[in-house]
Amino acid sequence: MLITKKSDVIPSDITSKENFENRRTLIKATGASIVTASGIFTGMLNRTANAASSKQKISNFVKTKYGVDEKLTPYDDVTSYNNYYEFGTSKTDPSIESRLFEPSPWSISIEGAVKKNKQIGIEDFFRLAPLEERIYRMRCVEGWSMVIPWLGLPLSKLIQWAEPTANAKFVEFISLSDDRMMPGQRIPVLDWPYVEGLRMDEAMNPLTIMALGMYGEVLPNQNGAPLRLVVPWKYGFKGAKAIVKIRFTETMPKTSWVKAGPNEYGFYANVNPTVDHPRWTQSSERRIGGGLFTPRIKTQMFNGYTEQVGQLYTGLDLSKNF
Amino acid sequence: MIDKFLNLLFKKIKILIFFLCLIPLFRLFYLGLNSQLGANPIEFIERSTGTWALVFLMLSLSMTPLRQLTGSNAYILNRRMLGLFMFFYACLHVLTYLWIDHYFDFDEIFKDVYKHPYVLVGFAAFMLTIPLAITSTRSMMKRLGGRWKILHRAVYLIGLLAVLHFLWLVKKDHTEPLIYVGVFFLLLVLRVIYKYRSYLRTSNL
Repeated sequence: MLITKKSDVIPSDITSKENFENRRTLIKATGASIVTASGIFTGMLNRTANAASSKQKISNFVKTKYGVDEKLTPYDDVTSYNNYYEFGTSKTDPSIESRLFEPSPWSISIEGAVKKNKQIGIEDFFRLAPLEERIYRMRCVEGWSMVIPWLGLPLSKLIQWAEPTANAKFVEFISLSDDRMMPGQRIPVLDWPYVEGLRMDEAMNPLTIMALGMYGEVLPNQNGAPLRLVVPWKYGFKGAKAIVKIRFTETMPKTSWVKAGPNEYGFYANVNPTVDHPRWTQSSERRIGGGLFTPRIKTQMFNGYTEQVGQLYTGLDLSKNF
Repeated sequence: MIDKFLNLLFKKIKILIFFLCLIPLFRLFYLGLNSQLGANPIEFIERSTGTWALVFLMLSLSMTPLRQLTGSNAYILNRRMLGLFMFFYACLHVLTYLWIDHYFDFDEIFKDVYKHPYVLVGFAAFMLTIPLAITSTRSMMKRLGGRWKILHRAVYLIGLLAVLHFLWLVKKDHTEPLIYVGVFFLLLVLRVIYKYRSYLRTSNL
């Protein structure tokens, strides 16, 4: 006689292997992020008393004169409304879909026209130069704008450290390609990974920074953690996020948005109220955070940074090189 | 029998449908009063009213195919109301654009309309809805007679311009506007099939 015991576990109650492992990695990842983050930024960061929000304060930075008279866009608006197609095409997607993104450990590789290929960990990157606070206007090509207090260091400091050769005419920024952590990359809306670029003199301009934080805190995932490019006189899409590779090239990099729509987006993408876009008015902009009954404001040439960058483009036809 | 029942039902619940159609508006008020319209509330209102105008356009265009599929006239009882709600949300959409988005800066608005194809087709679609709304009353129907039907065929052009407006506005991910293109196309195809079948029937006689 065969005695069988009926299982008291119904099949639907069994956790699938995939789910089980996902949970493991999630638990591990959350744990690791807290450990590494506090380890990496020792001496620079004090974790806030409010541990639940997991915001990490940055205390050592130099205040600068940039944008001190500007009214800052509310933190909640900056962190809940932006374009970051790696996390979805809606402007509310990044804040939701980037929750499981893991910005550490992180290293950036330097390659191309350099003396020697190099790697730099994010923690060493922090130490290349003293961190500065830069309050910059950010103008999106879609016609809205913000004022954001970034924390970062001039890109020129990184370039000096990278030691490019005389052949380096352009700098190419390549963002992370990982469709596990960046669900938006599962859809080919852009040619992943995201690629941006600058001419060498633009990259060396003192306004151009690599940001690691904002509002006195480490960069939130949805705003480009752990490090992103900020070029305040250009449309926002030039600011590549979650950068993993910086390559010095002799020829103009093929950037993601130029590939996606060459008649709409140019390599330069300088803020210019006189060069119209096929979809959006560029002569005025909506400043986020103003509420329902605040009128638009006039867009300024080079987003108001003509004094600092105007000379970079003398002799260049800006309506052709938009 | 069923036809009579549906007729009665739709007459009874017409007021209910009316209030259902106002939910998108009440929702905007609710979100606005609770500061839940997001970082760019003007864009939110523009998107929301525009989307609902498009939804009501598709709903009003669904009534004729529904009548043909079911053989019941009851659906036509709601067509005018749905069409007028389309006009209502389109008006709110345009008003938001003219007023709180551009503060009646007509210099800027004029440039926006003629320079940007998506604004142009949207504006054209809205202009076309005005005569249809004006002639939607029973007395106007009587006065215009056969011409009323011809005039109201403009709704197909409005539909085409409206889906183009949405399609051209979107920067990259076209999934959402393409759904509306698909629905519009389906509603047109159903009409063509029905016309063809009734043509076959009459030519057989």
